[in-house]
Amino acid sequence: MTDDVAVLGAGMHPWGKWGRSFTEYGVAAARAALADAGLAWTDIQLVVGADTVRGGYPGYVAGATFAQALGWQGARVTSVYAACASGAQAVNAARAQILAGMADVALVIGADAAPKGFFAPAGGNRPDDPDWLRFRVLGATNPTYFGLYARRRMALHGDTLEDFAQVKVKNSAAGAANPNARYRKAVSADEVAASAVVADPLRLLDICATSDGAAAVVLSSMEFARRHTTDPVRIRAVSTVTPSYPKTVLDLPDFATDSAAAVEPPALGLRASIAAAAYEEAGIGPSDLDLAEVYDLSTALELQWYEDLALCAPGEGAKLLRDGATALGGRIPVNTSGGLASFGEAVPAQAIAQVCELTWQLRGLAGDRQVPGARAGITANQGLFGHGSSVVAVR
Amino acid sequence: MARARKPVVAGWFTEAGPHTDDGPAAQGTGADQDFRLIGTRCQDCGSVFFPREDTFCRNPACSGTTLEETPLSRRGRVWSYTDGRYRPPAPYVSDPAREWEPYVLVAVELAAERMVVLGQAAPGTALADLAVGMEVELVPGVLNEDDETTWTTWHWQPLGGDR
Repeated sequence: MTDDVAVLGAGMHPWGKWGRSFTEYGVAAARAALADAGLAWTDIQLVVGADTVRGGYPGYVAGATFAQALGWQGARVTSVYAACASGAQAVNAARAQILAGMADVALVIGADAAPKGFFAPAGGNRPDDPDWLRFRVLGATNPTYFGLYARRRMALHGDTLEDFAQVKVKNSAAGAANPNARYRKAVSADEVAASAVVADPLRLLDICATSDGAAAVVLSSMEFARRHTTDPVRIRAVSTVTPSYPKTVLDLPDFATDSAAAVEPPALGLRASIAAAAYEEAGIGPSDLDLAEVYDLSTALELQWYEDLALCAPGEGAKLLRDGATALGGRIPVNTSGGLASFGEAVPAQAIAQVCELTWQLRGLAGDRQVPGARAGITANQGLFGHGSSVVAVR
Repeated sequence: MARARKPVVAGWFTEAGPHTDDGPAAQGTGADQDFRLIGTRCQDCGSVFFPREDTFCRNPACSGTTLEETPLSRRGRVWSYTDGRYRPPAPYVSDPAREWEPYVLVAVELAAERMVVLGQAAPGTALADLAVGMEVELVPGVLNEDDETTWTTWHWQPLGGDR
């Protein structure tokens, strides 16, 4: 077990399609997090930026871009990229430097300005890049991978389209109560069923949109936190594991899984190993959790996460949903923020936004979507090219 | 005008069939016993790779550097499938002036290699033709054509679905 770090502040720029630069969203979120922490920007000793690949060079050095926009004040800077897991990597980079004594207090920021429609690979003729090749050779957009997983679950576990739709119904109801969500309207199962098929069996309302948005947190050593507040939310674990060979689950942007012809597959697949590492580091298990924020790129994928987080047995994700366990008021509410179903994905901000939601829930300040008496929560997410991402927060 | 036939990625599959524009291979019709995906096999540990690894073995317990070409199984079973109802972004090539025709994507489990390989389904394959667990086979196909080149690829086709 590592020592805890404190979450002193959390802030967001609301998700949407605002048509402005990621820097502007990031600065707004950073200022909100600083105000929430009761600290001045000039108090910050380390800035960590989660990079975006969509903002040109400033996006690749997001930490410095935000530091300049907030006003150079000499803080250390780190910029990290791990696709959808960038935010968790940023949190972990800040945590590691705090625990190493390199900084007492850090500001972690992720922001994106997303294009309309499918995410596309970087341009040019780049046959050495598997992400470019999957579009060139297969036309395999992100939703087609979600469609493959969904169909597999239907065949293997008997999940139904109605189950998938009910994930959207649940998450949209939570998102309707979240002022930072992009979609703040309850959606019915009929509306999901009436939306266009994008990648069979998944429909438009089964698949998350791409959004503009930003999230930020102020992290500090426990000693620094004691001088500024009482009983802060604490980050107890950050899991950033990679897969174990042979990786037998087809992930974006793979053409194929690893072969298990010569080496037996590991006991846990990547997603389950992400959670196992988080639980081990935190010294808690799934039964200790009050809520979870998981990466619902599609409705079907949320059910997969239930199983990978060991909230239920393998194959029983849909049953857990049908029983109402993962809705607000259930045994283990999942995606109380509304999830990606209500936010849409702003890639480098998303894993930080998950930590913001845990923070507000553990403080008891989540309003109409509050989980009563929440003391422990987990986030889970997975980034392209084998990046695990999970954060355990407690109070 | 005769176009040159070129694989969309060199070295990933055998270049099969009559090399003309009107042969059965060009139309993506009919099984071709010799058409195979080409992977590589580590000569030290036996691990198989597709897409091919030619320099270093990726088994973490193996430091092998000798990888030899190995043809992958021609038949496998459907692990899952889906389709693309909307036009994918570049570099996927499609004619923006023509109405988008959805294509089917199949993930196929190869028993001998113990791996799953993606591919587009052969033209004419409908979602209703597929089921998880059913047997499919590899057939040569055409991805797209431009003024000079017919870009060839691999397709998965339901067994007996010779269309």
